[in-house]
Amino acid sequence: MTNILAVDDSASMRQMVSFTLKGAGYSVVEAVDGVDALNKAKSEKFDCVVTDVNMPNKDGIALIKDLRTLPDYKFTPLLMLTTESGMDKKQQGKEAGATGWIVKPFNPDQLLKTIKKVIG
Amino acid sequence: MSIDMAQFHQVFFEESFEGLDTMESGLLDLNTGDVDVDEINMIFRAAHSIKGGSGTFGFTAVSDFTHVMETLLDEMRDGRRLVTQSAVDALLGSVDCLRAMLTAIQDEQAVDTQNVAEHKKVLEVELTRGADSSPVASQESATSEQVSDPVAITAHEANVEGWNISFSPHPNMLKTGNDPVRMFRELAELGELTSTADFLGVPDIHNLEPEECAISWKLHLKGNTAEQDIEEIFSWVEDECDFAIQKIQSTVQSVSPVAETTDSTTTVQPDEQTSKEDKETTAEATKPVASKKPVKDKKETAKPANKSSGSIRVDTTKIDTLINMVGELVITQSMLSLVGEHFEINKLDQLKTGLSQLERHTRELQESVMNIRMLPISFVFSRFPRLVHDLSSKLGKKIELKLVGENTEVDKTVVELLSDPLVHLVRNSLDHGIEMPEDRIAAGKPETGTVILEAYHRGGNIVIEVVDDGKGLNKDKLRAKAIEKGLIDEDAILTDKQTYELIFMPGFSTAEKLTDVSGRGVGMDVVRRNIQSLGGNIEIISELGKGSTISIHLPLTLAILDGQSISVGDERYIVPLGSIIESININEDMVNRIAGKGETFRLRDEFLPIVRMHDIFHVESAKATKLTDGLVVVVEGQGVKCGLFVDDLLGQQQVVIKSLEANYRRVEGISGATILGDGSVALILDIPGLVRLANQ
Repeated sequence: MTNILAVDDSASMRQMVSFTLKGAGYSVVEAVDGVDALNKAKSEKFDCVVTDVNMPNKDGIALIKDLRTLPDYKFTPLLMLTTESGMDKKQQGKEAGATGWIVKPFNPDQLLKTIKKVIG
Repeated sequence: MSIDMAQFHQVFFEESFEGLDTMESGLLDLNTGDVDVDEINMIFRAAHSIKGGSGTFGFTAVSDFTHVMETLLDEMRDGRRLVTQSAVDALLGSVDCLRAMLTAIQDEQAVDTQNVAEHKKVLEVELTRGADSSPVASQESATSEQVSDPVAITAHEANVEGWNISFSPHPNMLKTGNDPVRMFRELAELGELTSTADFLGVPDIHNLEPEECAISWKLHLKGNTAEQDIEEIFSWVEDECDFAIQKIQSTVQSVSPVAETTDSTTTVQPDEQTSKEDKETTAEATKPVASKKPVKDKKETAKPANKSSGSIRVDTTKIDTLINMVGELVITQSMLSLVGEHFEINKLDQLKTGLSQLERHTRELQESVMNIRMLPISFVFSRFPRLVHDLSSKLGKKIELKLVGENTEVDKTVVELLSDPLVHLVRNSLDHGIEMPEDRIAAGKPETGTVILEAYHRGGNIVIEVVDDGKGLNKDKLRAKAIEKGLIDEDAILTDKQTYELIFMPGFSTAEKLTDVSGRGVGMDVVRRNIQSLGGNIEIISELGKGSTISIHLPLTLAILDGQSISVGDERYIVPLGSIIESININEDMVNRIAGKGETFRLRDEFLPIVRMHDIFHVESAKATKLTDGLVVVVEGQGVKCGLFVDDLLGQQQVVIKSLEANYRRVEGISGATILGDGSVALILDIPGLVRLANQ
């Protein structure tokens, strides 16, 4: 089963993402910040990571940067959830190695569409 | 797929309220003129999360409002704007406003749009104050630029037969997880796609880097597809490829040059459009509230929101402990059933070990479950910095608040019920305790007064203290006041303690002038009643000119009690362990009988009344009716001691409190009931009530 890591410090967003993806038949693991996510990503291989950008401890961009240094995540789709529609966060994310982004606010359908796009 | 977003609302509200508390305490910690990036970041993040969540869950009024706050905070974070008192005040006001908005939405009430508009205006005034770097202006221009694009695109759309796309990924594109095949698959969904791969750039096998992409493609997409749909597919890799798109029109005339459309500014995503609307609303907001807003709010409130379901957020480690414990219990259970299956007498030791294990695990399990209900007292304390900040400026006093022991854990119910009494006590300290700065200097004290809010565990109790270094209570004044109010007789002899206790009497007020800060003297008796209803007590110690300390003692939990079981005849009673001082055998010499006033006995230097349990509860089967035959348990409740005369002491145990009122009715002297190990019911004694009963 396709295994997805959902990272967000906000419990409601995390639950929403997780619920939506689980409903679509994916297996989902939740992480509350970048540090938590990195630990989980090291102990288990995920097929896709969906992460919030603004988070305590380690933000989404630093997380993506770190994930890309792991051999297991060299080519894995890493998506950012961001409210910043401005280019700078996206640009920073891309430079860190993000595959793409989903702009908040989004609805479950948009999320699923994007996920399907990257993992087929 | 349709998902009911309402199921996430409760969590969203909870975390938003938490976020608001974080913002509030963060804002209070900000120093004017300073840029404490970590602090501002924390505040920003909280605002940002609320904005993101409210947008996603459809509370647009909230996300619009938060957006303005966020803009202001963002500028502070970047150092583009200094932290000014007026900005902090504006933000604090917005936090209140946001809290009111969220509360209203949660309770399905109409949002006070007038109030929202006012606060938004204050924020915008604040924003325009740093006009040199006004982001509002730049956003507006950005917005209008972007908006014009889709219009331009639709204008071109007629008569499109198809598109020619040339796509050359940069070598590193794969390393961002973007797969060309994925993009082609998406393109194929838009129309008939033919692709031709160009391998010219692929090096020979010796120089081949398998992780790099060296192939480029020429694609042909048939059909009347919108350009932005195609661009959206490539939007993530804009900077990681050379990408050109060429329109094939039925009329040959206007083949637009490729370079023009690849310009990054024309890239428009559907997602971005949503956020554009968001921005537009903000830009619009300089005008008084748009008339469509109340309608929106109504729509939000019409949705069935989950009423407060009394949920609780639990640290995951606590859950882990619990799971661990249940695991242990299951192991013990299987071991016991193994022993029981073919039981022989030589397995008795095994059975005993198993049972003692079971006992230990059950106790641990019980403790862990109780632990789930425990919340740090910071849930109550966190509101005080703001309260002190607001009140001290209102009163014109300089006051520093210190919070100590914020992580002390206490039962959720206690936390909830403690809030109001504490607010009252702190207000009193600020208003009546701490003096005006000039008075303090005159008294040789530091100009800034200190109020300490402290919590700690002592025995089975939690103690909360409100300490101030203000002027303290004036005993003579208290006494005079009490006489004037007719609360005590003129010749009443009172100890210091009793004098201070006067402030807890109904209708007592010491302030010469009533202020709107600490009310009009109806408070302290209510405070005491509230604390007592939680099974606690409240004391005050004061020193004139030095300050006062108010201590609240509360049981750690309201659901479980450490009790001592006692027997009176066939009956079992539970005495709260915390109220027992000692148990003694008495002899006749110690006893004094006072006509009409019952019996007392001398314990060291004190004379304590004897409460005969069998008399009070009419237990006819009591074994001991002569004082020398039974035991006297010395107990203390609300500062009054007495001796309970009982047949015998049984074991100590934790008991689960069952409400007597809910199942029967209130009984004086009894605070509840519990079920003992053998299935029988024991009544739990209410010591203060019992003392009162005995005195009647």
